[in-house]
Amino acid sequence: MNSKTADRIATGVFIAIAIIIISILVGLFSYILVNGLKHISLDFLTTPSSNVRAGGGIRDQLFNSFYILFITMLIALPLGIGGGIYMAEYAKPGKITDIVRSCIEVLASLPSIVIGMFGLLMFVNLTGWGYTILGGALALTVFNLPVIVRVSEDAIRAVPSDLKEASLALGITKWHTIKTVLLPSAFPTILTGAILAAGRVFGEAAALLFTAGLSTPRLDYANWNPFSSQSPLNIFRPAETLAVHIWSVNTQGLIPDVEDVSNGSAAVLVLSVLVFNLLARWIGSMIHKKVTASK
Amino acid sequence: MVTAFMEKTTENQAVQSSSQSHKESILKVNNLEIFYGEKRAVNGISMDIEKKSITALIGPSGCGKSTFLRSINRMNDLIPGARAEGEIIYEDLNILSEQINVVALRKEIGMVFQKPNPFPKSIYENITHALKFAGIKKKSKLDEIVEESLKKAALWEEVKDRLHKSALSLSGGQQQRLCIARTIAMKPTVMLLDEPSSALDPISNAKVEDLIVDLKQEYSIIIVTHNMQQASRISDKTAFFLSGDIIEYDYTEKIFTNPAVKKTEEYISGRFG
Repeated sequence: MNSKTADRIATGVFIAIAIIIISILVGLFSYILVNGLKHISLDFLTTPSSNVRAGGGIRDQLFNSFYILFITMLIALPLGIGGGIYMAEYAKPGKITDIVRSCIEVLASLPSIVIGMFGLLMFVNLTGWGYTILGGALALTVFNLPVIVRVSEDAIRAVPSDLKEASLALGITKWHTIKTVLLPSAFPTILTGAILAAGRVFGEAAALLFTAGLSTPRLDYANWNPFSSQSPLNIFRPAETLAVHIWSVNTQGLIPDVEDVSNGSAAVLVLSVLVFNLLARWIGSMIHKKVTASK
Repeated sequence: MVTAFMEKTTENQAVQSSSQSHKESILKVNNLEIFYGEKRAVNGISMDIEKKSITALIGPSGCGKSTFLRSINRMNDLIPGARAEGEIIYEDLNILSEQINVVALRKEIGMVFQKPNPFPKSIYENITHALKFAGIKKKSKLDEIVEESLKKAALWEEVKDRLHKSALSLSGGQQQRLCIARTIAMKPTVMLLDEPSSALDPISNAKVEDLIVDLKQEYSIIIVTHNMQQASRISDKTAFFLSGDIIEYDYTEKIFTNPAVKKTEEYISGRFG
């Protein structure tokens, strides 16, 4: 076999792989959307779910998913980016840094159900909070932190070192250089990583089963006092998310329209992730343009 | 340390002959040694750098001239395992001392790099970036310094209508002059130039060279260059480095017309390096 044929075969193989990936994606998407879209209505999105009767919605689950995502990112992003800055700029090469890096990698490969059980021990039992949004968000932080640390570290390292030298040579301190030169340049990559992490958080069920729980109290959306037990903003209440809801109606649902609810929920979940990604990318490129003065 | 310095100078006649200078010196280097881990890159060099003149450092790659240049504003601190011994005296202080405030030092001793490295920000922000950090917040003051430094860097006429466009939209030569402008904006006393025009086309190169000669009026300039013609055209004094030693350091005219050491002559006539 000459090299020309080998080259042609390689091209063919990679095109075939691309086609397989795209058809899986398109197939999955269309299956979920075809089955689910017809159940999505304003009514479905704005009524609370029902335990026994048909016709329940997903209002609270949808809100919970976004709220837990928000709280998780509020905790995970500063910690993760801070960790990335430390690993990229401050950690001295050596044994301790190697150990920290291995720990991060092990943490990244933990199964989410294991993190869920750890969360049950730590954030539910040890703290005595019971099932809470905060507990769920902390479990998801454990789940996401390694990814964000890794992405931030790589993004900061990828900034050309001559930019860093330029800033330091002008008599600017290391921290100010990190803040005003390295982070803005690394921002688009960090954002992409954060979006991927957010997608994982949004669709995660196993880590939340035993931390945020399978139920939601009766919520009053007019109540904005975060300490009231009926307020949606209260972080010390149990909260069933959309992904958990899909799992729970399918395994223990008593409602007659189980299939409609879970198909509709799945479609909402997928669409939310999609919209969320597009929006974040758009915002990211806007900020990047503003920071770098580029067109 | 002083005795070692004496030995060194008596050993090397060429270095001694340069001690009769007309101008006041801004930097005094005494027996400077620089190491990367175990490896010694600079072997105890001593030289005086004149105020408001251009000193060129020439020599083949790996001879220690860039290492020396980067030690003057402590940029070598960024390289793990790099350390320096000996003295570089600036305003009666040893730059290499642990007590030196490196951030303040780098404001006084600015640096321009081989590859133009503007920040991915607007032209205006490239200059105000360090000024704002240094505490200048007033818009009118910032505008004034931006205009003044761009004029000094001979870039104002070309960019005055697009100050808020990205610096990356400039050509390589303009970017390098912008890098010089942002260094000027900090009002340094010494400017270190590390092969500032080697990445540029001949026309941009000529502009940058003219600019460097103009800057001599106000600043003490040390330039590393691989370009012999450039060294002979613009510098007042030239130091020839080889394997971490200064082989010869004298007035540029003397180095290029009548060098005292045979190695120097061989190098500048292109027989090695």
